[in-house]
Amino acid sequence: MVSAAEGSSILPLTLRGVGYSVAGRVLLDAVDLEIGPEGRTLILGANGAGKSLLLRLCHGLLQPGAGSIRWSDGPTRAGDPRHAMVFQRPILLRRSARANILHALAMIGLPAAERRQRAEETLARFGLGALAERPARVLSGGEQQRLAMARAWSLKPQVLFLDEPTSALDPAGTRAVEEMIAAFAEGGTKIVMTTHDLAQARRLADEVVFLHQGRLAERTGAAEFFDMPASAPARSFLKGELPW
Amino acid sequence: MSESNPFVAAWLLIASGDPTLAGIVALSLRVTLSALAISLVIGLPCGAFLAMSRFPGRGLLVIGCNALMGLPPVVAGLAIYLLLSRSGPLGPLGLLFTPSAMVMAQTVLILPIVLSLSRQVVEDLWEEYEEQLRSLGCSGARAIPTLLWDGRFSLITAILAGFGRASAEVGAVLIVGGNIAGHTRTITTAIALETAKGELALALGLGIILLGLTLILNGGAYLMGQYARRSAGQPW
Ligand SMILES: Nc1ncnc2c1ncn2[C@@H]1O[C@H](COP(=O)(O)OP(=O)(O)OP(=O)(O)O)[C@@H](O)[C@H]1O
Ligand SMILES: [Mg+2]
Repeated sequence: MVSAAEGSSILPLTLRGVGYSVAGRVLLDAVDLEIGPEGRTLILGANGAGKSLLLRLCHGLLQPGAGSIRWSDGPTRAGDPRHAMVFQRPILLRRSARANILHALAMIGLPAAERRQRAEETLARFGLGALAERPARVLSGGEQQRLAMARAWSLKPQVLFLDEPTSALDPAGTRAVEEMIAAFAEGGTKIVMTTHDLAQARRLADEVVFLHQGRLAERTGAAEFFDMPASAPARSFLKGELPW
Repeated sequence: MSESNPFVAAWLLIASGDPTLAGIVALSLRVTLSALAISLVIGLPCGAFLAMSRFPGRGLLVIGCNALMGLPPVVAGLAIYLLLSRSGPLGPLGLLFTPSAMVMAQTVLILPIVLSLSRQVVEDLWEEYEEQLRSLGCSGARAIPTLLWDGRFSLITAILAGFGRASAEVGAVLIVGGNIAGHTRTITTAIALETAKGELALALGLGIILLGLTLILNGGAYLMGQYARRSAGQPW
């Protein structure tokens, strides 16, 4: 089994003065941030704070309007198999669950025999064997999310970006996804994720990056953040107050 | 034709397996299916490319393809005729009044259909898939097979529309094929000729066969689509 940590690490990810605007509206402004290999990084913030945008920029799906986003060996770009992303709403192909995984593995250039083996390994690892032949798009929301996570896992990325992976799931589905997150961590994959579930954030976070209206408000160790956040917006966010 | 009722005569003719009739049907199928195959090979990837790319003049190209879907067959025939006529640029090939010329004319007619419909199908899919596929490193030309495969159920419609137009068409093949007996006579040109001559039984027999072929093809495609859709759990 190939370990995600194999080969030289692409971490840290360094953002310098990152800005992103659409039609004159500044959506992200002057974000300076370094994401290192240690622990899980949770990006928190109110709706519209720019969390999904930040993940897309880091994954290379969007180009920053200002500043730079670099891994240890160069600028980020989409399609680099060393970092993967699972979207807020999973996007699955009109094929069976297994074929979805096989397709992703084909895209990273794995030989056919290895693809089949890795797909079986992945399906078995997450108890998705019974769903393997089912068309991915008739699976339930929770099953789709697990399949999307499994697909990302099969790629053995060094870094995984997760955008609210449990926002539409019930407690059991949430637990299943959190177990999958743990499986990634076990394989040495760095997790960078967003969530609106504060209990989940407490369970999973090692460090917290807090965004407020497109700006980085603070970046703190998890224990400290939930105990005594440094910034005013984070304090009111935790208290459940409206952030203005 | 001694039989006075053309319908009865038509059925008798079909039942007798008349070799002339069989030859006409075979040529029609050969020409139409060749044109369809060429159009698919060119039209599907080009349509997909057009769906995913953004370049100046793309809008005009899209409008052009859409407009060409309604190209009058006789105009397409005339254009190919001019191209292949002795003094035309492709004249030396000597293709005028051959089945190849008819394939060319029909390709001109159905390529825009395949292209436009596949562009539409792939454009919708790409909008939905883009982020995921780019994330997987499946973008540009690499994404085309993925998108065409995932659009397979909708693309059947494009293929049927192309077949329908080519098999029903008479003007273009008449001009470039010349309706030469035993050589370039197709079902549609034969119907036109036999009707003009008053040979209604033969015309009607051919008409029934053409209708039958179209029904079989559409029925087959429909059933295949239903089956595949169910087994792939298509939500649409
Ligand atoms: N392509 C775009 N064009 C215009 N505005 C955009 C675009 N993408 C995002 N935005 C805006 O940028 C802001 C941040 O969006 P983003 O999706 O990153 O928020 P978020 O923090 O993920 O919110 P949520 O918690 O609701 O998911 C929002 O106000 C959104 O409307
Ligand atoms: Mg979001």
